[in-house]
Amino acid sequence: MECTVSRLDDGVVVLSLDGRLNMVSAVVLRQTIASLVQDGEVRFVVDLSGISFMDSSGLGALISGLKSARQAGGDLRIAAPTEQVQLVLQLTNMERVLTSYDTAESAFADA
Amino acid sequence: MRYGQGMQRGSRAAALRLALLRLFAISTIGLGLVYLVWRWSTTLNWQAWWVAVPLIVAETYSFTDVTLLALTTWRARRRAHAPAAPHDLTVDVLITTFDEPVSLVLTTARAAGAIRYPHKTWILDDGNREVLRLAAEVAGIGYIARPGDRRGRPVHAEAGSLNNALLATDGEFLLLLAADQVPMPEMLDSTLGYFADPRVAFVQTPQTFGTATSTNPIESAAPMYFGAVQQGNDGWGAAQFCGSNAVVRRDALMQLGITRYVADVERSVKVALERADRVLAHARSDARRSGLPIGGALDEVTTAVRDARAAIKAGAPLDGATFALQNRVEQISRGMVSADLAQVAADLAELRGSGPADAPNDEALAAVIDQLAVHDASPLAALDTVRSLIRSINVDRADEEQELMPLAKMWMTEDLATSMRLQQLGWKSVYHPEVLADGLEPSDFGAVLWQRLRRAQGSLTVLLRENPLMQRGLALGQRLTYLATPWSLFSGFATIVYLVVPTVYLLSGVLPVSTTPEHFAILFLPYFCSTQLLFAVGSGGRFWRRQQHAFALFPTWIVATVSTVGGALLRTRRGTGRSTRRGTPGGSAWRVLPVQTVAAVILVIAIIGGVLRLVSHQGDPVAIAAGLVWVAVDLLALNVVFRAARYRGYRSREGEI
Repeated sequence: MECTVSRLDDGVVVLSLDGRLNMVSAVVLRQTIASLVQDGEVRFVVDLSGISFMDSSGLGALISGLKSARQAGGDLRIAAPTEQVQLVLQLTNMERVLTSYDTAESAFADA
Repeated sequence: MRYGQGMQRGSRAAALRLALLRLFAISTIGLGLVYLVWRWSTTLNWQAWWVAVPLIVAETYSFTDVTLLALTTWRARRRAHAPAAPHDLTVDVLITTFDEPVSLVLTTARAAGAIRYPHKTWILDDGNREVLRLAAEVAGIGYIARPGDRRGRPVHAEAGSLNNALLATDGEFLLLLAADQVPMPEMLDSTLGYFADPRVAFVQTPQTFGTATSTNPIESAAPMYFGAVQQGNDGWGAAQFCGSNAVVRRDALMQLGITRYVADVERSVKVALERADRVLAHARSDARRSGLPIGGALDEVTTAVRDARAAIKAGAPLDGATFALQNRVEQISRGMVSADLAQVAADLAELRGSGPADAPNDEALAAVIDQLAVHDASPLAALDTVRSLIRSINVDRADEEQELMPLAKMWMTEDLATSMRLQQLGWKSVYHPEVLADGLEPSDFGAVLWQRLRRAQGSLTVLLRENPLMQRGLALGQRLTYLATPWSLFSGFATIVYLVVPTVYLLSGVLPVSTTPEHFAILFLPYFCSTQLLFAVGSGGRFWRRQQHAFALFPTWIVATVSTVGGALLRTRRGTGRSTRRGTPGGSAWRVLPVQTVAAVILVIAIIGGVLRLVSHQGDPVAIAAGLVWVAVDLLALNVVFRAARYRGYRSREGEI
């Protein structure tokens, strides 16, 4: 999995993921978010449009990121989930907790 | 080696065994029903109701217990060989330890390293021992300590250690091993094949203690549990996960962790929102009493809470609703600080008699406000309950060290609850009866007692908090097997009755049963023999030791039921469990087994009383003889724990060196 970090005009950090978000890349994503939080970043959008496959471990990394962002006073949001990702979100009931935004740019429109 | 191997040479022997199990299951239930109907309808001695009623209740309970066992083993399924293991799976072998001797952990870890199938080996040290970290490094074995701030948060012992390691490793499959379970080289080759079925979540194999020195008197329940019971569970699609000697599919555990996380977040947000009105009303009256001018702010918070509640009720995802709420409350908080500061600035300006030009400029003021709002210095901070309430309406599980807890975390219940929850999600489970790890002998009897107590409390907690009869997504057979495990723990009370009744009779002549000895024998003995045969076939012949333990450890079962049920009734928050014991090591029988010692003394007195009655021709000699036999059997059953208490395992021997 590739992870590209960029920044929107309003300072929101965008993590654009490409490839498979599975038990191997989950560790990478978790560490990436953790070190960004340590650097003082608190608002994240994870752009999932390039994810061909996500498993429960990948979703687990998103939850870990959500926790550390919230505890730092910010938030982590997800954008553009592919069909397979949406299926995993449904299967685990995660849609009850995590809102899917259409695009990375619109994710923090309210805040 | 397989449990019940003697009974299981080839498929014909297996078929014969299953046929016998079913035969004795039917005869036990049938004869038991006849016996109990007869007992309830014609034999109750109401003059001695104080022994008659406890006895009939105990007998009825024992019948339900053996019925559940019979139903469980009805489908006992013996899997012979696992399908061949695929070649390209990734596996992490995880060894959990807390305070076991370093040499013991390394023995297990080296054996784990020698497992043939390619894998990575890790020691999960919940004790954070530097010496073990160094030893692991030297041996080239992975080492994971338990990081993080655990102050004031539940620790979740073994499950917590595993949950933590789940995030630090990346194999598709996990072989879980307790520190004293030394794996054999073929352990993965013999189990991974089952995962060719993508719905299989875990494969459990037997857990033994001291197979190397099978003379130790401690191993007891294993032949039955890891024989017919687990095979029966497997047959019903409800093989039980035991926490060690199991291979688990990571994705199944993670999925479980996430669904639990969602359920926990939903519940905690719901509870906090429900509490909110009451907390805010309290805060309002507190503020009025102390003269704090924050009524307006509290009204705004109330509105924000109501909006969040409405949004969630309308189906809005929790992250957005809680984020909006947190934001609004923060803004209210900042508003109060800024009002405060503006007032201070105005006061200062007035004192100096100059215009507002000397007041802090807007930018500086904003910075101070930020600081104060963040650092809990706002007037709302005076209202701790409101702040902690608002904080708890979030999706970050701030009250837990780990946001994801795939392994169930309720007090000491991880194993049973984990298997039940996985099966509820539609995952399959496998029990593979081949012994693939050599259990080192247990440290000592105190440790065994502690472990038994812990397991008993764990499965009772499942019964109370996640009643298998009420859970969605389970088949009837699965429900019954999950009920059977905790149900059998109420036997401690029945045991007391079985100790007291013959004692009372031998000492006082009071009989709880009004019938003739012949009638009793005709109806009781066939039922009793059938039960024993069921146990014998189920445990491959090693049934007497199991029964002795089930009987002799009655104080442990009683402590487990009373503490767990009592705790649930009182809704107390108990400390979190540790997998290893805190009990006393060995020592005199009296210290380890005070209740059993008292019971044995009373039984001996009862025998003396009975013999005196016999020689002085008081009462029916046949009944007295029956009472004496009963008491003698009780004593024999108790004897096993006294032998076990004298047993010394590695821990106390190590101390001697």
